Amino acid sequence: MSLFDHTIKELEQKLHNHEITVQDLVAASYQRIKEVDDKVHAFLTLNEENANAYAKELDEAADKHTALFGMPSGIKDNIVTKALRTTCASQFLDNFNDPLYNATVVNKLNHQQAVTIGKLNMDEFAMGSSNENSSYEPTRNPWNTDYVPGGSSGGSAAAVAAGEVLFSLGSDTGGSIRQPAAFCGVVGLKPTYGRVSRFGLVAFASSLDQIGPITRNVEDNARVLEVIAGHDPMDSTSAAVEVPAYTEALTGDVKGLKIAVPKEYLAEGVAPEVKESVLQALKVYESLGATWEEVSLPHSKYAVATYYLLSSSEASANLARFDGVRYGVRSENANNMIDMFKKSRSEGFGEEVKRRIMLGTFALSSGYYDAYYKKAQKVRTLIKNDFDKIFEDYDVVIGPTTPTPAFKVGEKVDDPLTMYANDILTIPVNLAGVPGISVPCGFSDQGLPIGLQIIGKHFDENTVFRAAHAYEQATDHHKQRPQLGGANA
Amino acid sequence: MADISKDQVKHVAHLARLEVSEEEVEMFTEQLSSIITYAEQLNELDTSDVEPTTHVLDIKNVLRKDEPKKWITQEEAMKNAPDQQDGQYRVPSILE
Repeated sequence: MSLFDHTIKELEQKLHNHEITVQDLVAASYQRIKEVDDKVHAFLTLNEENANAYAKELDEAADKHTALFGMPSGIKDNIVTKALRTTCASQFLDNFNDPLYNATVVNKLNHQQAVTIGKLNMDEFAMGSSNENSSYEPTRNPWNTDYVPGGSSGGSAAAVAAGEVLFSLGSDTGGSIRQPAAFCGVVGLKPTYGRVSRFGLVAFASSLDQIGPITRNVEDNARVLEVIAGHDPMDSTSAAVEVPAYTEALTGDVKGLKIAVPKEYLAEGVAPEVKESVLQALKVYESLGATWEEVSLPHSKYAVATYYLLSSSEASANLARFDGVRYGVRSENANNMIDMFKKSRSEGFGEEVKRRIMLGTFALSSGYYDAYYKKAQKVRTLIKNDFDKIFEDYDVVIGPTTPTPAFKVGEKVDDPLTMYANDILTIPVNLAGVPGISVPCGFSDQGLPIGLQIIGKHFDENTVFRAAHAYEQATDHHKQRPQLGGANA
Repeated sequence: MADISKDQVKHVAHLARLEVSEEEVEMFTEQLSSIITYAEQLNELDTSDVEPTTHVLDIKNVLRKDEPKKWITQEEAMKNAPDQQDGQYRVPSILE
């Protein structure tokens, strides 16, 4: 049994009882990384020397009562860490070794004395659903290394699943926390838009991006969100809404909980084994005293098109900052300023990033703005209204996180539209700004994890956590551990 | 099928400050056309009376006092610069 099979609460108890030290925890993390990361490729940069020194300091500290005291964590590489290399898995930032400040979430983790083990692999600039768009070695799925871990927070999910860290942070713009959490059999939450500060998150699509925790169980997830949530004067879109004690919502009681199951989420295109797992999960809820009904989110089928227009438009503006002047890799081959911008960007960005910048620039260009960008913003309103209407009568919406379990490396990478369609069940949640969690709910015939998605009202993470936790406690899917099998293992 | 020409792709690449090879122009012309064709399904919906969503929460302008604060030093700001001289960023000439 690994130390990371324990919950944060259990490890905290072991630390207080002097059964283990923080140095044991940190050593367990690096040892596991040395054992498995040449197969998994979850990490881009390790923070070993600093982490070891910090662990020693924590072991000598008189007060050990902070919320994440000594807990080994990994940070997605689009979250800025002071003096710790931050690349967004892009060659453009390959030399960004000395960032000047911490993202607010990193300061909050530090304040609660979590230990940063390293920076986690991802699709370049968070654009992708398989981690195959990492400009470094793509991350592999710990359940079977022939398969993708999902994306874009593939490193964050794989590292937790493989037991390399206790928890990680990811970011979710269209499913980038929940989809890899589903593919890797771990728990991943996208909080309500505005719940967690985006300051220091390298922006992809600012109206959709949220940072959230990836953990092995719901209780740990609630604990980490409690730490990272809250208003931040450095992010004007972060909401001045009080942060409840999420861990106290985990009562196990879902009697009377009203669940909506959108028929669009179990329609054609959803694999039979995924549908079966979700129906089984609904039976578990029934046995716990909850009720469910089929509903409709009629505009769901427009979500993917809406999302790709809006997110690419925002990305094309956000990524304009990468000009090769202040940081990043500058092209050696330029004659003048414009040429330098063009060559640095073209040499530094991968194909998917260029494709999205091109799509977004087109959608925002003169003569097309109303037809594409503004149209998509209007359809976004319809998608959001669908959720508002359902939440008048129901507490949560439940469905699968993804239409299929993880796919094979190389299977979809050459066809952008097929890859984009994989996000059909997670994208509407970002467009509506509501919170959603993925929890393990079974395995495919091939032994790959399946994720159950639970979606809540704005700022009602409490109900999402309560529902997720009650299901988790009634099942044992989350106790299964990957064996790192696969042809290339 | 949305009709995006190679010239349009080259124009968009220039706007986006990307240099694209002839092969990339071919590829992006085809891919952008199929993505935009896919996106045109949104035209099935009548949105003439729908307000666009720019922000999902009911947030108004967020203002703060315009006061100088300590952030980073000039020296720190130069730390990651690819090229610099006398504490300034150095770039190629703007005029030919």
